Amino acid sequence: MIKQIALAGALSLAYGTANAQMVEIDKNPFPSTYEPMPSQPVLIRGAHVFDGTGAELSKADLLMENGKITALGENLEAPQGARIIDGTGKWVTPGIIDVHSHLGVYASPGIRATADGNEATNPNTAEVSSEHGVWPHDPGFNRARAGGVTALMVLPGSANLFGGRGTVLKNVPSRTVQGMKFPGAPYALKMACGENPKRVYGQKGGPGSRMGNFAGYRKNWIKAQAYKKSWDDYRADYAKWEAKKDSNSAKKDKDKKAPKAPKRNLQMETLMGVLNGEIIVNMHCYRADEMAQVIDMSKEFGYHVGAFHHAVEAYKVADLLRENDTCAAMWADWGGFKMEAYDSIRENIPLVHKAGACAIVHSDSEVGIQRLNQEAAKALADGNKAGLNISQGEAWTWLSSNPAKLLGIGDKTGALKPGLNADVVLWSGNPFSVYSRADIVFVDGARVFDRHDKSHQAVSDFELGQPGEGDEK
Amino acid sequence: MSILGKFATAGALLCLASAAPAWAQTIAITGGKVITNTAQGQLENATVLIEDGKILSVGPDIAIPEGATRIDASGKWVTPGLFAPLSQVGLVEISLEASTDDSRAEKSEFSVALDGVDGFNPKAEAVAITKIEGMTRIAVSTGPGENIFSGAGFIADTSGDVVNSITRDHAFVMVQMGERGARIAGGSRPAAWAYLRNALTEARQYRPGRARKDALLNGPDAMALKPVAEGRMPLLVFVNRASDLMTLIRLHEAQPKLDLVAVGAAEGWMVADELAAAGIPVILEPQNNLPSSFESLGATMTNAARLQKAGVTIAIAQLGEAFNARLAPQQAGDAVANGLSWDAAFAAITSAPAQIFGLEDELGTLQSGMIADVVVWDGDPLELMTSPDYVFIGGEAQSLSSRQTKLRDRYLDLKDAKENPFAYR
Repeated sequence: MIKQIALAGALSLAYGTANAQMVEIDKNPFPSTYEPMPSQPVLIRGAHVFDGTGAELSKADLLMENGKITALGENLEAPQGARIIDGTGKWVTPGIIDVHSHLGVYASPGIRATADGNEATNPNTAEVSSEHGVWPHDPGFNRARAGGVTALMVLPGSANLFGGRGTVLKNVPSRTVQGMKFPGAPYALKMACGENPKRVYGQKGGPGSRMGNFAGYRKNWIKAQAYKKSWDDYRADYAKWEAKKDSNSAKKDKDKKAPKAPKRNLQMETLMGVLNGEIIVNMHCYRADEMAQVIDMSKEFGYHVGAFHHAVEAYKVADLLRENDTCAAMWADWGGFKMEAYDSIRENIPLVHKAGACAIVHSDSEVGIQRLNQEAAKALADGNKAGLNISQGEAWTWLSSNPAKLLGIGDKTGALKPGLNADVVLWSGNPFSVYSRADIVFVDGARVFDRHDKSHQAVSDFELGQPGEGDEK
Repeated sequence: MSILGKFATAGALLCLASAAPAWAQTIAITGGKVITNTAQGQLENATVLIEDGKILSVGPDIAIPEGATRIDASGKWVTPGLFAPLSQVGLVEISLEASTDDSRAEKSEFSVALDGVDGFNPKAEAVAITKIEGMTRIAVSTGPGENIFSGAGFIADTSGDVVNSITRDHAFVMVQMGERGARIAGGSRPAAWAYLRNALTEARQYRPGRARKDALLNGPDAMALKPVAEGRMPLLVFVNRASDLMTLIRLHEAQPKLDLVAVGAAEGWMVADELAAAGIPVILEPQNNLPSSFESLGATMTNAARLQKAGVTIAIAQLGEAFNARLAPQQAGDAVANGLSWDAAFAAITSAPAQIFGLEDELGTLQSGMIADVVVWDGDPLELMTSPDYVFIGGEAQSLSSRQTKLRDRYLDLKDAKENPFAYR
């Protein structure tokens, strides 16, 4: 990715010389500077485990070394210098991953100055990126960590058809956003269906209807296809030019000059990233009929929808979601606040899961993100009372491995498998009980939160010297 | 009754009625773990006997009359119905669709005179989905519009009975202080408190037909506020910052007759002893632990436990969306996980709200003579994975179906849609 990058601003210098390098867009101009906090080997003994892949183990040992999970099994031996934790009566799970958060971009306190989550100035703002709105000192990050959240995707809001890029963060304290960015995680593109875009833009030139929404998506995908073609053509032309630039066949002057790179367009770069399969579409969409039409549109333009968010009617088209390998990121029981959320049911998540589709519990809330395990518990219970027969171990996939898969980090986190990052939560009891709390949270094997050790409880800059500093939260 | 007559008697109005008369019906709920919410505490393997809509007796050795309908609650929990201390259930169908939302009236000439009951729809979806989660009574209030006062709040049951589901009309008045009240009242906290103090004075002095020329409240608003000003009706005050709670306590000291209740109280724990001494109960959301505004910088999940420990009466609510009032038990469970005793947490969603609204002789506990709002649960009602098996309101067994359960049943099986199309299910 980094090789042969010529800065766009220096293009004019590069044109027309026989030594011109091929222009490539830097796809990662704000690279992660994340480094794991210090850790020591940790062996948790005899805990009840939901491993994140759907399995449940009683009285298992989990070993973490050098930031990775190295073993999960029985009677594991502690390496030298390992901290040994008695997990008797406790539960161990992979860290929770929230795929729909506005932490940082709608930070606490919720005042005008901290509202940086929605660039509601145009139906297409694919050029913006949530990372540029994140305030790393949002106390919400610390609260979410105390709730067992080890990674999250921060999304722009849903006012626009194309809202901008979503960014995956590790839930660690940092002075900078780059210090939180999940290394190697792809960007997301936030899109939105239905009522929000037409409400926001209905009196501002449109779209003013769902018809307008779709016309707006499609016009922009057509532009994006053309933009992508211009770069594909440029690369092909450049390769051709390079192959013959020194040969005798290059007689004419114009053949000596390197092909000219297309003009950069930030908005189209994001959409092109989707068409190239590098950026994952995450679309706010409540109604089943709209999801079905979006799926057709994705086929029309050759991209894939990673997930529908909120998706309160996912249960009506769970088969369609399974067939298209599209996740639904849902609440357990929120709904009713607008017409497109009116058909909310409490069994949405388990019904999607039981249909074989990828179900995810999401928060979209600085309060809800602190107890996504509780949301999963409610959904699981309601599903089982409707006869769906889903195990607790399976239900944990809604919180870790399915989110990780959606975010493109499933090879790094989301399950307690040897080789994956040691993003782990030790719970005081069964996390599907309201009375259990996260006791210790590990990110890359480091103790980033410990309920019983103040020295492992981060306090945000904002809360220093305030009435709540260092209090139990 | 004329409008004036109606308002004149509002404070004394106590039109307590059970959801629907359950005439001559005797129900015996046997073998359950019974949470009485009284000095009797929790009883194992006990019977709750219901007759004619009231609780006849509760205990381990109750003789069951012949002909009684028996409900076997072995292995189950039997509790009083849950009571939402503050909600908008039944006032709002869809909050983003103004035509279905009667919770606000920004353009009305009236404030306190607005009668919440006039907006209440027992058939609203939120009523049924709240009921089937075990919540049998709801305190309901409109929200503030362009005035710090909301209209008159009321207490209803969740039976969905259009003819008769109001427990008490004109049960309380709500006022917005703190940041929001400041904005509405002209821009500052002093403006909001000055408006409130003046309004109470005007209401107290109000005589029909003899309105002061410089009065800020119109006649009907002053009339409606009169029972509050005279201490005959609770005034629910939205405040979060510790210093705002102290202002509230100063109001109590200056006007000790006022029946004040604090709502929100994110920083309540910082003045817990003072609130206890003033006898001001608190309606709160335990999950509120973020500095969501500059008036709640001290917010913590331990607020409920600290207030209760100091002797403050607490009631627990899930405020905001009408749809979510049913989530109060989860809030209560979270308070337990953060130090509140189970008994206090459960009381906070049953007997404490009844007490706040002066209904403790009718609701909130399981003992002889109480209205038979009874729920049979398949486990600990504060737990996440439990739910009601039976809900009784005024002794009447309730349907546990809702629009939501019907949608679920329609789409439970996506497989044979061709032979059995969804719309015909």
